[in-house]
Amino acid sequence: MRGTAEPAATAAGAPETPGASAAAGPVIQATALASGYHGRTVWSGADFSIAAGEFLTVLGPNGAGKSTLLRMVLGLLRPAHGTLRVFGGPPRRGNPAIGYVPQRRTLDSDFSVRAADLVGLGVDGHRWGMSVAPRKRREKAEDVSRALASVGAAHLGGRAVGRLSGGEQQRLQLAQALVARPQLLLLDEPLASLDLRSQQEVSQLVADLRAEYGFTVVLVTHDINPVLGVTDRVMYVAGGGVSVGPPAEVITSASLSRLYQAEVEVLTDSRGRVFVVGLEAETAHPHSPRGPRP
Amino acid sequence: MTAALASQGYSFLSGPSWNLLADVQNMLSFAFMRHAFAAATASALVAGLIGYFVVLRASSFAAHAISHIGFAGAAGAVLIGVNPVLGVGVLSLAASVGMGVLGRRLRGRDVVIGLVMAASLGLGYLFISLYSGNATDAYAVLFGQIFGITTGAVQITVLTSVVVLALLAALYRPLLFASLDEEVAEARGIRVGALGLGFMMLLALAVTEAVQVSGVLLIFALLVAPGAIAGRVFRRPAAALALSAGLAVLITWASLTLAFYTPYPVSFYVTSLAFVMYLGVRAAGRGAGLGRRLAASLSPGRDTAPEARPAATVRT
Repeated sequence: MRGTAEPAATAAGAPETPGASAAAGPVIQATALASGYHGRTVWSGADFSIAAGEFLTVLGPNGAGKSTLLRMVLGLLRPAHGTLRVFGGPPRRGNPAIGYVPQRRTLDSDFSVRAADLVGLGVDGHRWGMSVAPRKRREKAEDVSRALASVGAAHLGGRAVGRLSGGEQQRLQLAQALVARPQLLLLDEPLASLDLRSQQEVSQLVADLRAEYGFTVVLVTHDINPVLGVTDRVMYVAGGGVSVGPPAEVITSASLSRLYQAEVEVLTDSRGRVFVVGLEAETAHPHSPRGPRP
Repeated sequence: MTAALASQGYSFLSGPSWNLLADVQNMLSFAFMRHAFAAATASALVAGLIGYFVVLRASSFAAHAISHIGFAGAAGAVLIGVNPVLGVGVLSLAASVGMGVLGRRLRGRDVVIGLVMAASLGLGYLFISLYSGNATDAYAVLFGQIFGITTGAVQITVLTSVVVLALLAALYRPLLFASLDEEVAEARGIRVGALGLGFMMLLALAVTEAVQVSGVLLIFALLVAPGAIAGRVFRRPAAALALSAGLAVLITWASLTLAFYTPYPVSFYVTSLAFVMYLGVRAAGRGAGLGRRLAASLSPGRDTAPEARPAATVRT
């Protein structure tokens, strides 16, 4: 972690009520949005808007369509229905204002490139040709080391990516997204396959960076607990629908049972961690046809 | 080699004098050797650079398949009386377009690629058996035949190399991005599908060139080995690319020279040198790793174990 131990300052003015900051307008706005491909709808009827500087956590079982929301925001997938507006316009591919950290696959530990080169792709990897101008190269190197330092990975720049731990690789991906100075950061399962401590560290890091740079965060996870202390609102994607609101309102037995159309119970342990139980059948068969329970 | 050359009327085969300059001068005094060096160097440069991306993209099996499908083209070309290398080029390009269009859908479909590859080799064999004449040209495509390359073929090879290198330079950054991190590259607006198709076509051209040196069956030595070695030595992509190209050229030059002074074929030397170099780099890497571990165990306070991964994921 970084040496600094200041508490996660809540991002200045992260509005509890979206759309309150009329000046900037919502970063993402969905109206009757539905997601799906090949004629199959995964979820539908989503109405929500995400304000500038907000931290939104997207929750839900595997296959519920969490990642497809990110792909729609990135302009890689068309909405099946409804409208989606990003920064006030239709989503477009390659929007430099959006930083994206995809779900991590394991990297080959044998054949590997330097961490700094991976992060550097975030600066100019999308441009044609090769960079030869010494001034540009110097600027790029400075940007890369700044980004690495901001995620507490300054010492990893020269290391081979494939040799780093899962948590370290996650920081590099974060640095690669940050180096282009995004206004919106999309993180797909950044906490998956990390140990408990790294989960806490990465979610705290994202919260700190948001406080520092003021960007909007949309973080996808299937476990709410590591981000419970840092997220403004949650979006629960399940049972073909979407429910958005503060954690205390969405992650309740009544709210989730309505969403899943099944009896679900939310338990809280002595340390404030929440557990959703009663979903064993649903998570095993997320697409199983639902009917009224006997 | 020597027997073939002797039959062609060369009577210089007295062996090297071990005076490097004189030997090289002697070797290059023959037009066929100058041609071989020109074409092989152009091919090796392209193979080394493309090969690094082949390893990075884990598409060496595709490279293998493209070359084998190219063999059917060579045999077909011999059958209809056309230059077999042209046949390799046409069918390799067709195969690369097919693979590029299918793109991600081919991922993990090794069985399908393998079957198409085997069917192509079978087809090539049928063409050879249908051909009534002496099919040495087709067999040369299997194992390479850089000696005896015509002036026209040298010119085409060099020109192809120039075109491939120019395109590779233009695609460099997005190709590197898409090869290392396809999903982020796509999100940043890179058309990864089109880029993949473009790369496969460059790969087909590289294969066609390298086939002249190493042959269809031994293509890995020139196309994959230098990139694999360079990727183990350097972590900076630019440095690794330079080393990969350098190694490919070095292997080729050494092989041509060895084949000139000994009775053994070029492609044998190419594969052997590539293999020995790869083993050497792996052994050196292992030795270095052992050294690091030893140093780490001697100074227990320092955190020097890059292999250390977080312990098993603890989930609640």
